[in-house]
Amino acid sequence: MEPPQVAVVAYARSAPEEDTAGLSEAELLLPVLGEVLQQAGLRPGEPEFTCSGSSDYLAGRPFSFTLALDAVGAWPPIAESHVETDGAWALYEAWVKLLTGEARTALVYAHGKASAGEPERVLSRQLDPYCLAPLWPGPEALAGLQERALIDAGELAEPAPGKGPPAGDGAAAVVLAAGETARRICGRPAWIHGIDHRVEPQALGVRDLTDSPSTRLAAERAGAYRASVDVAELHTPHPAQEVVLRKALALGADAEVHASGADPLMVAGLIRLGEAAARIHRGEAGRVLAHATSGPCLQQNLVAVLEGERG
Amino acid sequence: MPEILSAPLVVEFPFTRSLGPVRSAFLTGLRERVVLGVRTRDGRVLVPPAEYDPYTAEELGELVPVAATGCVTTWTWNPRPLPGQPLGTPFAWVLVRLDGADTALLHALDVPGPQAVRTGMRVHIRWARRRTGAITDLACFEPYDGPPGQPGRYDGEFTDLVTLLNAPARLDYTYSPGRAQTRYLRALAEHRITGERCPRCRKVSVPPRGACPTCGVASEEEVTVGPRGTVTTFCVVNIKGRDQRIEVPYVYAHIVLDGADLALHGRIAGLPCDQVRMGLRVEPVWSGDGRHPDHYRPTGEPDAGYQTFQGRW
Ligand SMILES: [Zn+2]
Repeated sequence: MEPPQVAVVAYARSAPEEDTAGLSEAELLLPVLGEVLQQAGLRPGEPEFTCSGSSDYLAGRPFSFTLALDAVGAWPPIAESHVETDGAWALYEAWVKLLTGEARTALVYAHGKASAGEPERVLSRQLDPYCLAPLWPGPEALAGLQERALIDAGELAEPAPGKGPPAGDGAAAVVLAAGETARRICGRPAWIHGIDHRVEPQALGVRDLTDSPSTRLAAERAGAYRASVDVAELHTPHPAQEVVLRKALALGADAEVHASGADPLMVAGLIRLGEAAARIHRGEAGRVLAHATSGPCLQQNLVAVLEGERG
Repeated sequence: MPEILSAPLVVEFPFTRSLGPVRSAFLTGLRERVVLGVRTRDGRVLVPPAEYDPYTAEELGELVPVAATGCVTTWTWNPRPLPGQPLGTPFAWVLVRLDGADTALLHALDVPGPQAVRTGMRVHIRWARRRTGAITDLACFEPYDGPPGQPGRYDGEFTDLVTLLNAPARLDYTYSPGRAQTRYLRALAEHRITGERCPRCRKVSVPPRGACPTCGVASEEEVTVGPRGTVTTFCVVNIKGRDQRIEVPYVYAHIVLDGADLALHGRIAGLPCDQVRMGLRVEPVWSGDGRHPDHYRPTGEPDAGYQTFQGRW
């Protein structure tokens, strides 16, 4: 049996300027889930699969992803899963679930509450525990090494002028649907042409920090190079990383590229996928590339290609 | 909207990790002021050494000493060192390729300012005075203008090999319970227990969490419940928990307060343990300036019938 075609049919995110400090997981998610389900014409609990992405370490709340389920309408029991990373990887899992034919609709969401802690310290805990974590280098410091490597290689003129304000708390959600269900829900479904994710060796000193072979391979397997894209939505926790991604994705100087600003941690990648889909929903673009990353210096990379209806 | 409550939250987790043969030799070497790398089949020397080739996944084990001198392959300035980082004063994070190695190692470089750092500059290791077999035995790097150093002395064995790594970590957070639980905690301070009613199923959740967990919709209608309630189920605790002040045996119960649809947890006192029963009517007892009831005691009312609390566990 041919696997079904799967599309992003709805997308919502919390407003960047909204004051969300101190909200609980459920309070952060409720308005976003309400909006995305309304767009898709689904009731809470109705999606046939639910998958979320978040990290308990950010706010120091063990099992905080189970608290988030208060906002989902999880009774009678729903089919549910969680990934401890950016919600873009939750979308990947949901996509695979829909390809199996076991579900026709899926709710994917992500939330990040980084304001409760110090991300520069918290995220150092994801590093090699023997040689890196005991030194407490944070993601900004490591991205600085990558930026310097780009400057030395002549690929970047000057250090980026700071990063602006740190990412706040926030949430985002999308609804995926398969085949005819997608067409029924959405006038212009954003069909997932392909997604893949790949990882670099974990030791920073082994990698060429000016390049991203994992992005290149993921893009190849997602079908990104088969035709040009109208727009690329790139997840760049540090501005200098756009240079690395443009090169790996073969995006020329004339390509329309949107790089993430200070979007919430664990949500920023899913936002790129959602924004890419929204361009197709609005009829602005026919073929869009979306990228998400996780880990230090673009360690893991996910690439998706979304397309509008052909013909 | 009154301000959301917050409180400091400290999370500390001590991990003990076993090292395996390659990392064990590497970290023992640092204790002995020798840096070891591992040679791959294609002849490259990885420092820090890996147990498996990052590209071919081949198992690696040929340990070779490299020099304590090397050059900076990339760097970034760290103007505000954080707790736990190698130096307390501003420093440069550097990747350093030691002489004899093909890959670079991350550490700190002790220099007065960013103008004193450049890619390609020569550096050498400053060893920590007290060394235990950890990456921090290498205190930091410092600028060096001498000739390339000789590889450290290593005859293939160390006595008293380090096999475990103790890796304590502490993270500081500001915990905030959200809007709904802030309202709940503020009411508790006035000895009032509140819940929130779901606009869809009309059930009252106690404590409120801002959403009906069954329906997945916001619940904002505040309802004062209790103070009296009914024991729906219970257990007798006979084992004293560590650092627990309450004497055993005691009764721990689910209590559904009058007007609530979800039971909360509480301790029952004021009657012998073997007389606690489902349907027992109880009321909260507040003591001192505690935010939560200290325990619940019998009201003396007749027991509630099973049908009155069935399904509200
Ligand atoms: Zn309800």
